[in-house]
Amino acid sequence: MTPPSSLSLAAPQGGAGGGPAQPDPRLGLIGLRAEGLRVEYDGFVAVDNVSFELAPGESFGIVGESGSGKSTVLRALCGLAPLASGNVRLTGGDALPAPGSKAFRRQVQMVFQDPYGSLHPRQTVDRLLAEPLAIHGVGDAEARIERALDEVGLGTGFRFRFPHQLSGGQRQRIAIARALILEPQVLLLDEPTSALDASVQAEVLNLLEALRQARGLSFVMVSHDLAVVTHLCQRLMVMQRGRTVETLPAADLAASRVQADYTRSLMQASAGFRRTPGALPAHGI
Amino acid sequence: MPQTASPLLTVEDLRVAYPDREGRLTEVVRGVSFTLGRERLGIVGESGSGKSQTGRAIMGLTAPGGQVTAKRLDFKGTDLLNCAAAERRRLRGGRIAMVLQDPKFSLNPVMRIGAQIAETLRAHQPVSARQAREQTLQALAAVQIDDPERVAALYPHEVSGGMGQRAMIAMMLIAGPELLIADEPTSALDVTVQLEVLAILDKLVAERGMGLIFISHDLRLVSSFCDRVLVMYAGRVVEQIAAPDLAQARHPYTQGLLNCLPQLGAARHPLPTLDRQPEWAK
Repeated sequence: MTPPSSLSLAAPQGGAGGGPAQPDPRLGLIGLRAEGLRVEYDGFVAVDNVSFELAPGESFGIVGESGSGKSTVLRALCGLAPLASGNVRLTGGDALPAPGSKAFRRQVQMVFQDPYGSLHPRQTVDRLLAEPLAIHGVGDAEARIERALDEVGLGTGFRFRFPHQLSGGQRQRIAIARALILEPQVLLLDEPTSALDASVQAEVLNLLEALRQARGLSFVMVSHDLAVVTHLCQRLMVMQRGRTVETLPAADLAASRVQADYTRSLMQASAGFRRTPGALPAHGI
Repeated sequence: MPQTASPLLTVEDLRVAYPDREGRLTEVVRGVSFTLGRERLGIVGESGSGKSQTGRAIMGLTAPGGQVTAKRLDFKGTDLLNCAAAERRRLRGGRIAMVLQDPKFSLNPVMRIGAQIAETLRAHQPVSARQAREQTLQALAAVQIDDPERVAALYPHEVSGGMGQRAMIAMMLIAGPELLIADEPTSALDVTVQLEVLAILDKLVAERGMGLIFISHDLRLVSSFCDRVLVMYAGRVVEQIAAPDLAQARHPYTQGLLNCLPQLGAARHPLPTLDRQPEWAK
């Protein structure tokens, strides 16, 4: 996966003209519907007929192993992966922007996996946060940047630092601030904590949850960690080799009420190593 | 845990320090002591805790500039700190071996897998090319690679992560080491593949009666795999505990680490976070 620059989501591709972007995010919660998504790379089908619905204000998880297509689904939602067929629509209001438009990108923002790769190493935090505002023609940058830093618990003392002067957890907070500074309603999270230490992971998960409640955000979160997804999401989809294995409420997964064998094997694997009874104990020799 | 009479490895007051730009030394490992028998020892800690530096110092792979000191660093009667470089080379890869985290970066990308494994063997044992090849294929079969002939002829980029990691384990075990240091051996792998690789490692360690040092950030994984766990924080061992007793850990750092992980079937909102105390690092 190529490390995206700070521009990749916010970059204008022509189309919608300048001026402050609508709609007002306070109007209501926005959800998202994906139907029959299919992504192909040179004939290789990375995602095959994946459909799901994200209710307004809901948090939806996608779980799978590497190569299952989970990140590609996320990238397809925001236009970073080419759709061979299928479509994405926002739900929960009237006159919602169409995918590919500038207004859509303002509503749907992404946080990437690796905070070491997703922040421009030669831009200060201030510049990183000012970029999306400039692209979308949002005024009042000064106050917004300060507010965004406060919201992710960093404070303005971090404003003129470079990414290499921050820890992994602080960088991921900046990445979250960059996504939220446009006041989007849908946040796409691609393994937001897998590059972080366990204690830092807990802090970032708590931050995401608090922000979601405060702003009425909808989340689509991708992770390989079942425990993280069930913690943050209400419903989740299990993927394997580009296809949906099953979709179920997180509470069912937590209570081991699963249908598919693959989901069960993932659950067992996440419980840790189990020595087969016949194996020799290491010190018994 | 039953300890064998004479330990395989004795580490006493191990310190590793690196100089900064002005030449002042910063200690990253600060007085680590433990003994290892023929058992599975886990070393757990977060980034920067010094767990990998401890493993590297035992292996003799501390980066240039780093200074390693210890009251005792003894491998079966050999003083690792003061022995000749040639002796150290014979030990490294021969009697002490190390499995690294990511097969993508730690295998030689321009050498076929079979040739890399054979090279390790021939560096330590006077075997013919033919014997080396035979043993290479056996080693690949021992890590449950179905078609050793085919895999031996592949380059590292042509195999999956799990396969690459098995090839690395085969390479590390071919010279018959007595001590294996595994530094995050499965962190780059998917959960299901992770368990397969661990099962292979577990079987080989048990069959050959090796000592194993398993370095990882994953407290739960380590406690399910190892006999004994050292928990490191800021270059020190803050707690040493038998793996089954982990739930009764006494140090607040160990408790905090266990506590801050989301758990399947136990909803806690918000998650407890770690409140780092300055005295833990003292």
